[in-house]
Amino acid sequence: MVMKTITRVLLVAGLAFGTTGIANAKDAPKTLMGASGQALADTCAGCHGTDGSSGGPGTPSIGGLSKAYIVDLMKGFKSGDIPSTIMGRIAKGYNADEIGKLAVFFSGQKFAAAKQKFDATKVAAGKKSHEKYCEKCHADGGVNIEDDTGRLAGQWSPYVKESIAAFMSGARPMTRKMKKRMKKLHAKGGDAAFEELMAYYASQQ
Amino acid sequence: MSKKIDRRSFIRSAGAATAAAGVIGMPSLALGAGKKVVVVGGGTGGATAAKYLKRADPSIEVTLIEPNKTYYTCYLSNVYVIGGGKGIDSIGHGYDGLKKHGVKVVHDYVTGIDAKTKKITTKGGATIDYDRCIVSPGIDFKWESTPGYDEAASGTIAHAWKAGAQTAMLRKQLEEMKDGGTFLMAPPPNPFRCPPGPYERAAQVAGYFKKHKPKSKVLILDPKGKFSKFGLFKQAWSKLYGFKEGSDDGMIVWRGTPKGSDDNKIVKVDVAGKSIETGFGSEKGDVLNIIPAQKAGKIAFAAGLTKGDWCPVNLRTFESTIHKDIYVIGDAAAAKGLPKSGYAANSEAKVAAAAVAASLAGKDAPVPAYVNTCYSIAGPGYGFSVAAVYRLKEDGSKVQKVSGGLTPSNASKGVLASEETYAHSWYKNITNDIFG
Ligand SMILES: Cc1cc2nc3c(=O)[nH]c(=O)nc-3n(C[C@H](O)[C@H](O)[C@H](O)COP(=O)(O)OP(=O)(O)OC[C@H]3O[C@@H](n4cnc5c(N)ncnc54)[C@H](O)[C@@H]3O)c2cc1C
Ligand code: HEC
Ligand code: HEC
Repeated sequence: MVMKTITRVLLVAGLAFGTTGIANAKDAPKTLMGASGQALADTCAGCHGTDGSSGGPGTPSIGGLSKAYIVDLMKGFKSGDIPSTIMGRIAKGYNADEIGKLAVFFSGQKFAAAKQKFDATKVAAGKKSHEKYCEKCHADGGVNIEDDTGRLAGQWSPYVKESIAAFMSGARPMTRKMKKRMKKLHAKGGDAAFEELMAYYASQQ
Repeated sequence: MSKKIDRRSFIRSAGAATAAAGVIGMPSLALGAGKKVVVVGGGTGGATAAKYLKRADPSIEVTLIEPNKTYYTCYLSNVYVIGGGKGIDSIGHGYDGLKKHGVKVVHDYVTGIDAKTKKITTKGGATIDYDRCIVSPGIDFKWESTPGYDEAASGTIAHAWKAGAQTAMLRKQLEEMKDGGTFLMAPPPNPFRCPPGPYERAAQVAGYFKKHKPKSKVLILDPKGKFSKFGLFKQAWSKLYGFKEGSDDGMIVWRGTPKGSDDNKIVKVDVAGKSIETGFGSEKGDVLNIIPAQKAGKIAFAAGLTKGDWCPVNLRTFESTIHKDIYVIGDAAAAKGLPKSGYAANSEAKVAAAAVAASLAGKDAPVPAYVNTCYSIAGPGYGFSVAAVYRLKEDGSKVQKVSGGLTPSNASKGVLASEETYAHSWYKNITNDIFG
């Protein structure tokens, strides 16, 4: 997966040049390390739901996402390359080893599709757009995460909407190919096309 | 539990404990070491601990003792009930979820915990044995901090610092107040449960006034010189409710107490006259809200678990440093480094549950991890937060913050709006994590 590698390289580069210096283990007070994946993951449950299954209406479910995607996102939040309201503050508290453990834990959980409202009149158009522009990497209507893409079908709409807005504004990096498709879709259908996509993703419950 | 299982688990834990004795010191070889855990208090900390004990090891017999059939969360009580008028059911949670996890729920009130005989006594007259006991009774008030205002007076003037009838009463009084009235609030001195809580409440009451009673005022007489999320609250108050620091203009007026002064410390409360006398002067209100200073819940004192106002604990396990095999979590614990919040109580409960499960299996306590988050909603589309990730300091002396912080003061409208949405998500997810 060429684009995947590009994403990863991009994120890692951002991390290396990131200005936020938590990883300065030298100045940090000595603390007990080595908590298990379960112990670390249990602290996320207050926001993301038990085992990463979120009851919404906004915070994404993280149980059942791909391991590489979780690692990329945590690293991106930590470096600031991926914009966030709160994850940047939280991700800085974990080192690479712990992020790995968290990713193993959550990728091993079941993804729970969100029970949310959607505009039924927009689903068909959204499906069409998805198949034309997104299905290649977000296979099976956005269910498939084998390409380490993050989950679209059944994820909480307010979050997916924010992700798309961040991609479109350039605040969140994306692969060249995805960017091309997103731009094309937007040029053709405008914001309405994204609304239709959202309805399609939310309809898969 | 049958005798056979008792004996088997005794042998197993005894063997393992002996092997680990070099590491953990004198292992617990309590007579007939079984797997009975009694949790005292079915609030945020207690209910989480009960559920997570069952998750850790379904063979542990977990009994939860809690007087009330419905737990009303303090969190979001300002937003959903006091400001939002959604009614008390919007913050109520029952115990059916815990029962489904195999927790035995007993509705009773614990009057004594005997650390020597490992027996719990209740108001209902029951005596219950335990191998490990987890105590999460929340807070009690130091009524002596508010002369004139006591438990009886809380029947007409709300503290609303334990949610339920108190919360509903405060909302009703605000609804009955005439436009042009004053909501007079006296927040507590440190340390207290939910440090940003009084200031979120001030914003929520102002939000209700702005919509329904625009000539009314919120007057805060604070015994402190500053408070949690100080900058963010002042910014929100001034953006939404015309607050001006040091001025009586605007809907919200905050009067603090500089160090060394007694300006806004309560001297006396006149319950019938609805006024508060402070070191500075006297203020009258139409609806009063007095939040007294706080200490650990009653049972913590009765069981001899306190030192000063709170319960000292081993921060790796939350086991009392006074009484063996009793663990104290939540607001009642002196969890050095962690705030007294629902998120922290939930996090502490998981650390304690894992430590108790390990101890019953004769194993060393696992390495703990803790997180705290506290969202505040100042008005529609206006949320902000404080978050932190913690680790135990190597010498065990403190729960050390390793990352975190506040919503930045220059956060965009979009971020503030998202944080409000995420605050509602937080409520949904944490209450489901506790009671679901
Ligand atoms: C207005 C307000 C807003 C808040 N907002 C937030 C927020 O946004 N985020 C956040 O993280 N925290 C918030 N908090 C703080 C949070 O509510 C507490 O920190 C949390 O509830 C502490 O949990 P606990 O288990 O220690 O106590 P509690 O949740 O109070 O539970 C104690 C339980 O023990 C029971 N009990 C007491 N004594 C006995 C006995 N002898 N026998 C049997 N049962 C007993 C009680 O009935 C009660 O159910 C807020 C608090 C207030 C007041
Ligand atoms: C205070 C609440 C909170 C806590 C605690 C929290 N998260 Fe998050 N998380 C969020 C929010 C909100 C988002 C959306 C991004 C943002 O605005 O920060 C998010 C986004 C994420 C995402 C991106 C999901 C996607 O599909 O793109 C991942 C991965 C994640 N969090 C992992 C974690 C892990 C692992 C933990 C525990 C170590 C954790 N989070 C703890 C609130 C939280
Ligand atoms: C060339 C492959 C590719 C195409 C085509 C593509 N994507 Fe992606 N997408 C990715 C990858 C890889 C990621 C993970 C990026 C990362 O790690 O940040 C991703 C992530 C996302 C995310 C973030 C997931 C989340 O939960 O926040 C969204 C939203 C998204 N894509 C939407 C779309 C949409 C809509 C389209 C069609 C217009 C599309 N993508 C087309 C590869 C692609």
